[in-house]
Amino acid sequence: MKYTYYPGCSLRGTARAYEESLLAVFQALGVELEMLEDWNCCGATAYMSVDQLQAFALAARNLALAERLPGDLITPCSGCYLVLNKCQRYMREYPGIKRVVHGALTAAGLAYGDRVKVRHPLDVLAHDVGAEAIARRVVRPLTGLRVAPYYGCQIVRPYATFDDQHHPQAMDRLLAATGATVVDFSLKTRCCGGTQKGTLPEVGLHLVHTLLHEARARQADVISVVCSLCQFNLEAFQDQIARELEPIHIPVLYFTQILGLAFGLPPKQLGLQRSLVPVEPCLAERGLARATSTV
Amino acid sequence: MASAPILRWESERDPEFAQWVTHFAGSERIRSCMQCGLCSASCPLAPYMDYTPRRLMHMAREGFKKDVLSSLTIWLCTSCYACMVECPRAIRASEIMYALKRRAIQEGAYPRGFAIPVLAQEFTRMVRRTGRVTEIRLVLRVFLRTSRWRLLRMWRLGLRLLRTGRFRLRAESVERRKEIAALLDAVEAGRKELAA
Repeated sequence: MKYTYYPGCSLRGTARAYEESLLAVFQALGVELEMLEDWNCCGATAYMSVDQLQAFALAARNLALAERLPGDLITPCSGCYLVLNKCQRYMREYPGIKRVVHGALTAAGLAYGDRVKVRHPLDVLAHDVGAEAIARRVVRPLTGLRVAPYYGCQIVRPYATFDDQHHPQAMDRLLAATGATVVDFSLKTRCCGGTQKGTLPEVGLHLVHTLLHEARARQADVISVVCSLCQFNLEAFQDQIARELEPIHIPVLYFTQILGLAFGLPPKQLGLQRSLVPVEPCLAERGLARATSTV
Repeated sequence: MASAPILRWESERDPEFAQWVTHFAGSERIRSCMQCGLCSASCPLAPYMDYTPRRLMHMAREGFKKDVLSSLTIWLCTSCYACMVECPRAIRASEIMYALKRRAIQEGAYPRGFAIPVLAQEFTRMVRRTGRVTEIRLVLRVFLRTSRWRLLRMWRLGLRLLRTGRFRLRAESVERRKEIAALLDAVEAGRKELAA
């Protein structure tokens, strides 16, 4: 199995731990990733709010570059995943948009023939690798650890190509394969507020608090996420929420970090030292301290 | 930001705007809206909006341009797409919100000093120049333009990000910036043809 890897901007910034743990886990599973050469920003939600045609052209440049390589395109950030899938959809549905984007690609010396499959690593691990293969790789089962699976909004709706829009299960199955207890998390697809925490702090804070409160009410030890923005929002403002609303301190890990822990990979390879809310205390409490000791 | 009852008159309608709202990519089905309100019910931001999504859809298609383009609603939308998945009439409300944001920026109608459109524009500027976004630089830029005071109050978080190696100031860029420039220039040429 070989895939093309498109990190996106945040995995080179605040979400470095996502990239680190993703690469470590894929390597441990023997799945090969080839870096997308000279990739650019997908445009995210912000570019789309300013200029749609330019946003699609930028997204399409990544698709054109990916088409030169044989594998499906893996996009860990939910924003990138949505934008690239949406770009494909719009080019198929609207000939005018397609014409402008193709013209722009040609001017940049590129071409795109609609042959790239855009996949989220969750999709690849759940469906191509499979929960059974994941379970076989587990050397340190996370028995007793209560994990809330939080999918966020953009990887399940509405341009996604796998899983249910209301009750997604892919991450639940992967987490269960590690031996952890998967909490029934009713807000698993409710929006974390995206960039609102930065732009409208009082609104963003309440959206984040709602999710943290629910995770705690369901007695989760850890929240598992698939998106860099969700991770940042849920983790970075717990201090402020503790001061202003309710004391909640709960580690927020990428699902790849949790898989890596169960695979017995060294914490540093998984970027665990980059956590603002450390996971080690709750692992120790559950008698899983060995999970973070280096092999 | 509670919504108050509003009364509007035929003379306040902008028929050109009403026409435009039904004619861009993604808005074709807006006239089939039956005002059921599932969009508002599923929207996590609705409690903070000046008009709920249901109300905004109706105002937009009736042509109340000024109220719609200067509303907070369109900027509060985070594009989580909950409304789009729920809509029994398959209206792409999130995409309509995007189009309204773009029109509000074009016409300079967005609320001044509001950080969300500033973020969108700074983000776009950075990508046009370098092809990528350097998160920390972007955040600093937006705060400097909108709220320097809040930036100072976030020093503790900044320090923690620095300590964990997540505060990266080094500017990210694609190697072939010329390719990005050529791509975006060609979009402008294509846009003119598309309009003609």
